[in-house]
Amino acid sequence: MSEPLQIVVCVKQVPDPESPPSSFTLDSSEMRVTCSGVPPVLSPFDENALELAIALKELHGAEVTIVSAGRGLSKAVLLKALAVGADKMLVVDDEVLTRDKVDSRQTALVLASAIRDNVEKYDLVLTGIQAADTNAGQVGHLLGCMLGIPVLSLVRKAELSDGAIRVERVLPDGYEVMEAGLPVLLTVSHEVGELRYPSLVAIKGAKGLPQTTVSLADLGVDLGSEKSVDLVSLELPDRERRCQMVEADEPELAGAALAAKLVEDKKLTGFVH
Amino acid sequence: MANESGILILGEVDDSGKLASSTRALCGLAHGLAASLGAEVSAALLGSGVRNAAEELAACGPARVFLAEDEKLSVYNPGIHLPLIKSLCKSEGPRVVLVAHSTMGQDLAPRLSYEIGGGVVTDCVGISVDGSALKCSKPIYGGNVIAGYSATVAPLVITVRSGVGDAPAPGAHPAGIVEALGAEVPSAASAQVTERIKETGEEIGLEEAPAVVSGGRGIGGPEGFSELSKLAGVLGGAVGASRPPVDSGWVPSTSQVGITGKIISPELCVAVAISGSSQHLSGMADSRTVVAINNDPDAYIFKVSDYGVVGDWRSVLPAFTEKLAGLLKGGEQQ
Repeated sequence: MSEPLQIVVCVKQVPDPESPPSSFTLDSSEMRVTCSGVPPVLSPFDENALELAIALKELHGAEVTIVSAGRGLSKAVLLKALAVGADKMLVVDDEVLTRDKVDSRQTALVLASAIRDNVEKYDLVLTGIQAADTNAGQVGHLLGCMLGIPVLSLVRKAELSDGAIRVERVLPDGYEVMEAGLPVLLTVSHEVGELRYPSLVAIKGAKGLPQTTVSLADLGVDLGSEKSVDLVSLELPDRERRCQMVEADEPELAGAALAAKLVEDKKLTGFVH
Repeated sequence: MANESGILILGEVDDSGKLASSTRALCGLAHGLAASLGAEVSAALLGSGVRNAAEELAACGPARVFLAEDEKLSVYNPGIHLPLIKSLCKSEGPRVVLVAHSTMGQDLAPRLSYEIGGGVVTDCVGISVDGSALKCSKPIYGGNVIAGYSATVAPLVITVRSGVGDAPAPGAHPAGIVEALGAEVPSAASAQVTERIKETGEEIGLEEAPAVVSGGRGIGGPEGFSELSKLAGVLGGAVGASRPPVDSGWVPSTSQVGITGKIISPELCVAVAISGSSQHLSGMADSRTVVAINNDPDAYIFKVSDYGVVGDWRSVLPAFTEKLAGLLKGGEQQ
């Protein structure tokens, strides 16, 4: 048996995206989104990427390294990620990496440096297709470009054989199959499946796994001139509408009245047969 | 011939080989920006057998349409497409590159920005010009916040969300000329597309459907969705879902509407037993008319709906569907 497959999974901590819209408020002077009371979680697509890594490890045997960059990251969230079956963790913790303050290119540069410096060899690098806070979908591509490896995006399934990979990419009306050699970076979509839950025993055990924390200075990275876009404004979207409630004595009558109301208000002119 | 204030549109064709409607919308958007920036609009189209589509594109008003036709370009592959577009950007030097936030745009834009040393903003819902500065608006935090970005470097690659921008009226702009994109098509790429499989059984895709009937956790199981299909059938629309029905396996994941699924903007969106999580709202907030049916009067969905009925959907929905079928067939509205 040759050396085990080396898989790197990049995960980001974000304020829980399932929180109610009212929990997202703005600090325009600081140009930040404040999410008071919103707990940090792994960004959902990054969870999917981690699930894919663990599933591949079960099939082929692999060493899975989790990489995360940020400021003031929750140890509990990181530990839970490690506990699902990963082998070690690399954290870049730096004041500069405050949420909303770095752009995708800077983030990718940090991850690329951290991986180059600390991971001897990698066959697969996995990211989610986009983060739940920035919704940008750029870091995976940029990281692959910086590492100089092919990027296959929007991946919903991945199979390894003989040093090559076969993936299914999500298309609007189905999927396409792409094949490439290793190493390769995949951006992973939710179809690969939800991340498994770690057992309490595993979470306890994860504390003993190798964990390294580095700063930007350790990596010799200066983000000063790397910014390519500036966040210049923040607004809360005006999504609220004035809802006309249609009421009746029986639910069936309310349903019928709703239909009549929509037609009366000419909301369905395009639908007449 | 560098055109440093220029706007370059990266065009696409649809399944039938015709110019994609998203590309027409980009033309409308580009002409609006060009007027403010004093810029020239050009476009590129890469594909196989897309000469007619290139002529269609030229008719939408870009002064020049750079056409690359090759069998190897029949399916998007970044390893083949990217070097050609990079080469065009190097020779034309546009300030802004516009591409739809499509499967291709999402994949191409970040790579292109890296290759040409520019910036990138994805999934834009608006682009404004202030003096000579561009500002791109895009939803962040699952649509809970709208952020404005400006570029500190050039060129700026922008992917534009579907439904933003209007196709120019025929003849609104003088037709441009089609010319060859003078760069060699790469002979090989590091990854190959080996198959394309269509999966959706429905005739109408969620994103194109004029009406979408979506169900949430409260539908309770796969059977309930057949009632939603009846209404979708009456409206000539499609059935969607929030995340819980997808996670529970009641409907295929292609049905999911939301930030982790499809972004829709139909004429009519009917939200059935959907509470209105921000992740789902981000996918349907741009619908023209939103109708909610929910048994919880405090459900957030009512705050973002135009019409609402509080009640059990099992009773409300069949009656709504039946009445609507009669009204639409009867042509009672003229």
